[in-house]
Amino acid sequence: MRGERKIFSNVGFSLQSGTYLQVTGANGSGKTSLLRILCGLLAPAEGAVKWDGADIHSLGEDYFSSLTFIGHRHGIKDELTAAENLRISAGLSGIEVDKTTAREALARIGLTGRDSVPARLLSEGQRRRVSLARLLITNSRLWLLDEILTSLDKVAITLVRSLIEEHLSGGGIAIAATHQELELSAGNVQRLELAT
Amino acid sequence: MLRWIVWRDLMLAWRRRADALSTLFFFVIVVSLFPLGIGPEAELLRSVAPGVVWVAALLASMLSLGRLFANDYQDGTLEQIMMTPQPLYLIVLGKVAAQWLTSELPLVCIAPLLGVQFGLSNKTVGVLLITLLLGTPVLSLIGSIGAALTLGLRSSSVLISILVLPLYIPILIFGAGAVEAEIIGMTAASHIYLLGAVFVLALIFAPWATAAALKISVE
Repeated sequence: MRGERKIFSNVGFSLQSGTYLQVTGANGSGKTSLLRILCGLLAPAEGAVKWDGADIHSLGEDYFSSLTFIGHRHGIKDELTAAENLRISAGLSGIEVDKTTAREALARIGLTGRDSVPARLLSEGQRRRVSLARLLITNSRLWLLDEILTSLDKVAITLVRSLIEEHLSGGGIAIAATHQELELSAGNVQRLELAT
Repeated sequence: MLRWIVWRDLMLAWRRRADALSTLFFFVIVVSLFPLGIGPEAELLRSVAPGVVWVAALLASMLSLGRLFANDYQDGTLEQIMMTPQPLYLIVLGKVAAQWLTSELPLVCIAPLLGVQFGLSNKTVGVLLITLLLGTPVLSLIGSIGAALTLGLRSSSVLISILVLPLYIPILIFGAGAVEAEIIGMTAASHIYLLGAVFVLALIFAPWATAAALKISVE
């Protein structure tokens, strides 16, 4: 429910380890709302979200330690450098990351030499990459990705694909709301189409 | 965990020094306007000083409160922070602490200098300093509730003032009252104790209320 409007109903699924769920649907069909419900940021009007059999609202903060959410807003601070952004968001998730590790993660995501540039000087795609670098350092089992492919170039999309494949083969779960097909070669791929 | 959030906000404030400085200058200018407007009558100035300094501190804190969560909300970092595995209560406490350190503490530090403008004695300035030290954290704590409630609304800064300023009244009464009592030769202790009690209450309940308001605003 958003305001008075019912966006979707009768959406149900359960995912095993190593599953990739692609949520598709027209604009306004509720992809982002679904992801926010899965994050626990939005309470569903009816129904429940369960993680390892327990309701996420009763799990509270424990649930957040097993998930990484990348929203369509980047979630990085313009005033901080790429490396600082990464270290702080990792630190807040309870993972101590030193400068070298942050630099390595940024290099892996294709931002070599950009780690000490303030984020406001980075391009849109580069800022997106900074937020994706969080996936590399947080070791969460569940990835929730909202429209992450926008403003990424081909190289970066290939990189995202390999990151997700790696995550799935390590027993992780990824749920992505996107219009673009990722064509994963590994893992168990499922689709969910939200009707308007 | 708490140190990460405080460190982050302090660093952000440092990178945007102009914001914190503008709050400080606002406070200095508002307080300085009164001696100019009222005239150089020492007795009159001394009697209005406590009220003027305290009201200016309340208004100055309005300026910085709008930024407390709004910037993080806009760039999506607030959601990220709320999804970290730690109680929202602590996160709010960390952010409020950083806000106090960057926006309120400078006011407290410069207040003795402004007291001189009003011809306050050293002892009175001391009482003013104590009340500000006890009272300004309460302003930050109570103000954070208003900032969280008005998050994402248009003209939120006006709304914050309407919501929060009435809640500041007890602090204004006890804060200015303590300094006034000192000026007329009575003991300021009772006012200061009450201010301390309000501080403890706000420390316990305000972050909890702010956390609840944030959860609603982020939906």
